[in-house]
Amino acid sequence: MSVLVNKQSKIIVQGFTGGEGTFHATQMIEFGTQVVGGVTPGKGGTTHLDRPVFNTVREAVKATGANVSIVFVPPAFAADAIMEAADAGIALIVAITEGIPTRDMIQVKEYLKDKNCRLIGPNCPGVITAGECKVGIMPGFVFKQGRVGIVSKSGTLTYEAADQVAKAGLGVSTAIGIGGDPIIGTTTREAIELFMNDPDTDGIVMIGEIGGSLEAEAANWIKNNGNKKPVVGFIAGQTAPPGRRMGHAGAIIGGADDTAAAKMKIMRECGITVCDSPADIGITMAKILAK
Amino acid sequence: MSVLLNRNTGRNIIMYSTEGGMNIEDVAHNTPHLIFKEEVDPSVGLQSFQARNIAFNLGLSGNAFKEMVKFVVALYNCYVQTDSAMFEINPLFKTSDDKIIAVDAKVTLDDNGLFRHPSYEALRDKMEEDPTEVEASENELNYVKLDGNVGCMVNGAGLAMATMDIIKLAGGDPANFLDVGGTANAARVEKAFRIILKDPNVKAILVNIFGGIVRCDRVAQGIVDAYKNIGEIKVPIIIRLQGTNAEEAKKIIDESGLKVYSAIQLKEAADLVAKVLA
Repeated sequence: MSVLVNKQSKIIVQGFTGGEGTFHATQMIEFGTQVVGGVTPGKGGTTHLDRPVFNTVREAVKATGANVSIVFVPPAFAADAIMEAADAGIALIVAITEGIPTRDMIQVKEYLKDKNCRLIGPNCPGVITAGECKVGIMPGFVFKQGRVGIVSKSGTLTYEAADQVAKAGLGVSTAIGIGGDPIIGTTTREAIELFMNDPDTDGIVMIGEIGGSLEAEAANWIKNNGNKKPVVGFIAGQTAPPGRRMGHAGAIIGGADDTAAAKMKIMRECGITVCDSPADIGITMAKILAK
Repeated sequence: MSVLLNRNTGRNIIMYSTEGGMNIEDVAHNTPHLIFKEEVDPSVGLQSFQARNIAFNLGLSGNAFKEMVKFVVALYNCYVQTDSAMFEINPLFKTSDDKIIAVDAKVTLDDNGLFRHPSYEALRDKMEEDPTEVEASENELNYVKLDGNVGCMVNGAGLAMATMDIIKLAGGDPANFLDVGGTANAARVEKAFRIILKDPNVKAILVNIFGGIVRCDRVAQGIVDAYKNIGEIKVPIIIRLQGTNAEEAKKIIDESGLKVYSAIQLKEAADLVAKVLA
């Protein structure tokens, strides 16, 4: 059954008619995702990619019964788009947009606090349940069906991990790209918790990077909840210098706890099998699950 | 006194201590009771009582107290309105006539908020920045100069950091961080090569591209074209292309006649780095 999205998920695309929205919506439809329509304010009533376009998320939800939204809206308007989706009752909002100001995301986080919805991202590749449903920008073919869950702050490292898992003879249940910004909707710990409770996931790959304390929080949670499933971890940025932003807005070493070494240490102490090399993620998981 | 984002709560905090001028991490470790925090609720913003808390905790009274309350409110408003990522005021003085003065400050802006403040661009002094990093950013390449001996060119920030780690594990040291982004076409690849090669310490280059929606064979052709345009590249290059059409890509690289090493698995690429450095 996997987590977050499946064959039954009905997806609308915010920023549907723009370049990114059009390209990736096409890819999602080809993958087999149920894209039921899109939202572009001012273009309501038209059709795009053979699907209806709506002016507002509320109209889209009313007409299509959509329960998932993917956001390709440009950074200046993305926070507004996320809040609109939450207001319209969308249960899962996947924000792909990179470059949303932190000031806006502080407001979004506050706004979503008492709404009955989950935000993934922003600045993320999205969510994919192998063989069922892709709500994101990842190359779908890399994700072979299987029983390994992946949670990652990075896009291409997620594809790398999924590919290695497949090469090691395993496959992926669901992969969640949580995003590389300082404020994100779903944390590493929350994603891990979803996988721990998913009967179709046997092992979890957890990929983090320098900056923040999400990995430490997740590691402690895993330990305190009895290490029910094996977790293989990797932290990118072991060689990153302090004080420099490494691509992602959140990937910066501010204090001692932000370093890869500190995170790897606490993960190991909490019973996670941590790989020094990103080339070993797949084989490490295969060895553990073979036991 | 600092204003910054508490990433754990997703809220801004004002952090302050009477133990200024010292390494704040040492203060936090040795005397945590001397560091105070006020977290701002985003639904209502900074409240007066919080500004008063700060002034009281700093032991102020009378006019100095009033001035500090004003200072804190102005400081926080300025932080928010400028889309800043961090304010660090150190030292912060109370003068003998009870004025509060920020004597020195370090301000970090949120790059993602810059579009709201076009006037900031005029304040940028490129002379203060690494010229290669400036050139890279003008070409929309995300590049950070480091002091190692193996250059790298990668798509995606996470994989780029992971590639630096691979270089270290293979016995080298990364000479840079470089994310070429999603569209690794010939023009971008060429620019990236030229930027990496400006660094005389670079003894080898590792190209690591995970082709998703971008097809690897296209990227491979881009690399071959870029290589030929640049002319002779003297350092060994290891090219790892994985993902869509990876086999075709390897064939293009292998048959190009270029003096490069090609790999598909990340492990193979790591071994090749170790080999060329040996």
